[in-house]
Amino acid sequence: MAIAVSQTRPVAVKKNRSQFYQSWKRFRKNYFAVGGLVWVAIFFIIGIIGPWIAPYSYTDADFLAMHAPPSAHHIFGTDQVGYDQFTQILYSVRYALEIALGATCVSFIIGIVLGLWAGLAGGIADMLIMRGVDFMFALPSFFFALILSVLLGKGLFPMILAIGVPGWAGYARLIRSLVLSMRNGEMVEAARALGASQTHIAARYMFPNVVGSMVVSLAFGIPADLTAQAGLSIVGMGLNPPMPSFGNMLANASSNILGFPWLLYFPASIFAITLLAFLFVADGLQEAFNPRGGM
Amino acid sequence: MPTNPLVKVENVSKRFRVRGRELHAVSNVSFEIEAGKTFGLVGESGSGKSTLGRLVLRLLDANEGRITFNGKDITNLPNRQLRPLRQEMQIIFQDPQASMSPRMTIGRAIEDAMEIHKIGTKQSRRKRVDELLERVGLPSFVKYAFPHELSGGQLQRIGIARALSLNPKLIVCDEPVSALDVSIQVQVIHLLQELQRDLNLTYIFIAHNLAVVEYLSDEIAVLYLGEVVEQAPAEKLFKNPSHPYTQVLLQSILKIPEDPSSRQKMTHIQGEIPSPFNPPSGCTFHPRCPFATDVCRTQKPVAKHVDDDHKATCHLIG
Amino acid sequence: MAEPILSIEDLRVEFDRSEDKVYAVNGVSFQIDPGQALGIVGESGSGKSVTLMSALGLIRENGKVKSGVVQFEGKNLLKMSSRQLEDIRGREIGVIFQDPMTSLNPVMSIGDQIMETMLTHHYAGHREAFDRTIQLLHEMGIPDPKARFKNYPHEFSGGMRQRIMIAIALACEPQLLIADEPTTALDVTVQMQILALLQSQRERKNMSVAIITHDFGVATNFCDKIVVLYAGQVMEMADTSAFIQNPAHPYTLGLKNSIIEVGQRGRKLEPIPGMAPTLTEPPTSCSFADRCPFVTDRCREELPKLRSVESNHLVACHRAEEVLARAN
Repeated sequence: MAIAVSQTRPVAVKKNRSQFYQSWKRFRKNYFAVGGLVWVAIFFIIGIIGPWIAPYSYTDADFLAMHAPPSAHHIFGTDQVGYDQFTQILYSVRYALEIALGATCVSFIIGIVLGLWAGLAGGIADMLIMRGVDFMFALPSFFFALILSVLLGKGLFPMILAIGVPGWAGYARLIRSLVLSMRNGEMVEAARALGASQTHIAARYMFPNVVGSMVVSLAFGIPADLTAQAGLSIVGMGLNPPMPSFGNMLANASSNILGFPWLLYFPASIFAITLLAFLFVADGLQEAFNPRGGM
Repeated sequence: MPTNPLVKVENVSKRFRVRGRELHAVSNVSFEIEAGKTFGLVGESGSGKSTLGRLVLRLLDANEGRITFNGKDITNLPNRQLRPLRQEMQIIFQDPQASMSPRMTIGRAIEDAMEIHKIGTKQSRRKRVDELLERVGLPSFVKYAFPHELSGGQLQRIGIARALSLNPKLIVCDEPVSALDVSIQVQVIHLLQELQRDLNLTYIFIAHNLAVVEYLSDEIAVLYLGEVVEQAPAEKLFKNPSHPYTQVLLQSILKIPEDPSSRQKMTHIQGEIPSPFNPPSGCTFHPRCPFATDVCRTQKPVAKHVDDDHKATCHLIG
Repeated sequence: MAEPILSIEDLRVEFDRSEDKVYAVNGVSFQIDPGQALGIVGESGSGKSVTLMSALGLIRENGKVKSGVVQFEGKNLLKMSSRQLEDIRGREIGVIFQDPMTSLNPVMSIGDQIMETMLTHHYAGHREAFDRTIQLLHEMGIPDPKARFKNYPHEFSGGMRQRIMIAIALACEPQLLIADEPTTALDVTVQMQILALLQSQRERKNMSVAIITHDFGVATNFCDKIVVLYAGQVMEMADTSAFIQNPAHPYTLGLKNSIIEVGQRGRKLEPIPGMAPTLTEPPTSCSFADRCPFVTDRCREELPKLRSVESNHLVACHRAEEVLARAN
């Protein structure tokens, strides 16, 4: 509304009004998002310090306690080989984060390059890239991930590529549309009229207006990649045992569900809560950066 | 005749390609503006008046013709050399909110203009923001506000302040008041007038409102489908409108009558502005012109002098 | 004097926003007589559209009519169900808006849209409705109506679309036509065409018209009576002649002085200072006081009531007599 400041009745305007401070103020009001953020933070900390707090190595099998229920020695129990589930989860968090962040970065970098290219160059490049986007959207990206992981083999790095490479299309489309909407807009024209250089326009005018949308799309990208990697593991295209992952644990639990429910409960609930937490954070960011719903 | 004009536009044309079709936005336009004067561009939608304003500033590149600013041919000046010149030629927009970054406070937006041209130090720029805000009649605390927190009138003042921060010689005013309420329009026009007087500014004033253009301009060009149909000093244009289109425009203005008996009759011409994609043959105004003859339908008229400084592009003149 | 066709009494409308309330309409009253053309004039935020639209039950979700009576043919529109209102809108009261593109259905041919109005209101049978649609398109000055019947809104220019909107509004021969800024988005030459069309239709059908506009030129040339709104209140209401010759409210006077007309080069401008109030509180004193050259202490304390200064001339100003004296 155009009424916050009137000449006759001055309204005190606060000084700290940077974009991120404003967004943070809105984010703070969303309790789900804040709760999600706390969980995500814990998840990250565990991912970093996991190997140091793990009571065992993930390759240590306790042959004396196979299929042990939760106890003082194995607080989350053990599986059929005798692997400590708590240790497995700690390492799973680490690998899950490495893969999800790595894959999101790969998608994002490819997406930015192609999106900028399409948006700025236009013409035939734009046409080809956008048809590529259509093609990627026509089939589920899990299908591409599966094909890639067959081609690339197993392991941490192949998985990052298998999940990351097919994910570019969404980012490319977003960035292209942001570039197009701004390139011909009056804001950029006004900046050109002021005499600003291309780099100045990109850094001072375009970037601050797209950073919110990009952060939000990244925040939605991470949980999607978490799910994709669990999916790959469940169909047997994930990390090779004994490298632990949520997908492997869930797949294993489903074949041992009768009699050994702790194998399912702990990894499944932690994984589900983590996904929800990421989505709450992403939703919160979306509202915080785009309070009026639009771009 | 102006001997050393600030702006000289010679035979400028601009075409756009839209989905394979060619649109003649501006065709063969020429005019000169003396420093300290206001040149009015008036026309309805599709007349090319905004495009013409952007061509003068080289925000768009002309397909043909030459543009001279302050004695320097800027038609083909590369961007690197053009950017410093932009200090001297500024623009204010119809929708000032769209022309500002929603993420920048008002103070930052004005400072940024000076920063681009490395004018002064950070402190001196801050001080200048306060001065400029005062100059355009706003309290200094609006520098902390974001564009969406201000009204249209306030934002237009900010747009003016931002342009002024570079000490320009020329300001292109592209429909600066048409989105504003009547009482705010007059405030902004009053401000523009004051600034011109105090700072010896040159304006290109673009509007569809004839009365406002007449009020502010020294010389006026009437545009129709990208062509200048009539050009004259403001008094002459309104005293002796010579092109049928100018006459129609003048008749279309609803003045407040002296009393109800002297109310205007709603006389009007038929038809609407044709598509600029395929403008009519001959004189582009002929399908709507009450005086059109055969020659108007087939032959393009050329500008003829009604008077030494009054030209109209119509077959029926002379 | 005949009964007014529409009478609005003490209408109050509020809008809820996340942090505060906007008191958009604060006790507006006026009447439209049969056959009369009323101009409702004001700047943005004056409540000119909200007043009439909420009277017709067309109000945004966060808006609420707090009080008031809207009499139309002896019935209070504010007490009607939305079904009953739908029957009246389009049948007895035609409405046209500023932007025809947003009010026309983009996926339905314009002929069908005009016919549909008549069919839903049981105004005519199918055959009759078709003939009348062609007739209406012809009356609206749309060339070759039979061929254009099947065209869609995007195939018309802005001026032509406004003609189609008018055809829809007039299809059931309403007694009252409400036009919300009908020519604001149009070029001046087209504005003239549309106003001429509205005027000829009004004269032929002896229909009442309410034009909501910010343009004094449109209001004074088209209307018999003018209501000036400011901050959701009636500031002045008068026959057009009194309005032109003896404006009695400082706001009206200021607005009239703000209008730049042709032939006024060199005239000294006297802008009204400041800007309109924010309306986040209901008015308790004169809303114009902060901008008014005639302001006294009383104006800042006491809400001026709408009162008569001469016949058919109402003003809400404590100092209307002085304003009248000054203006003449």
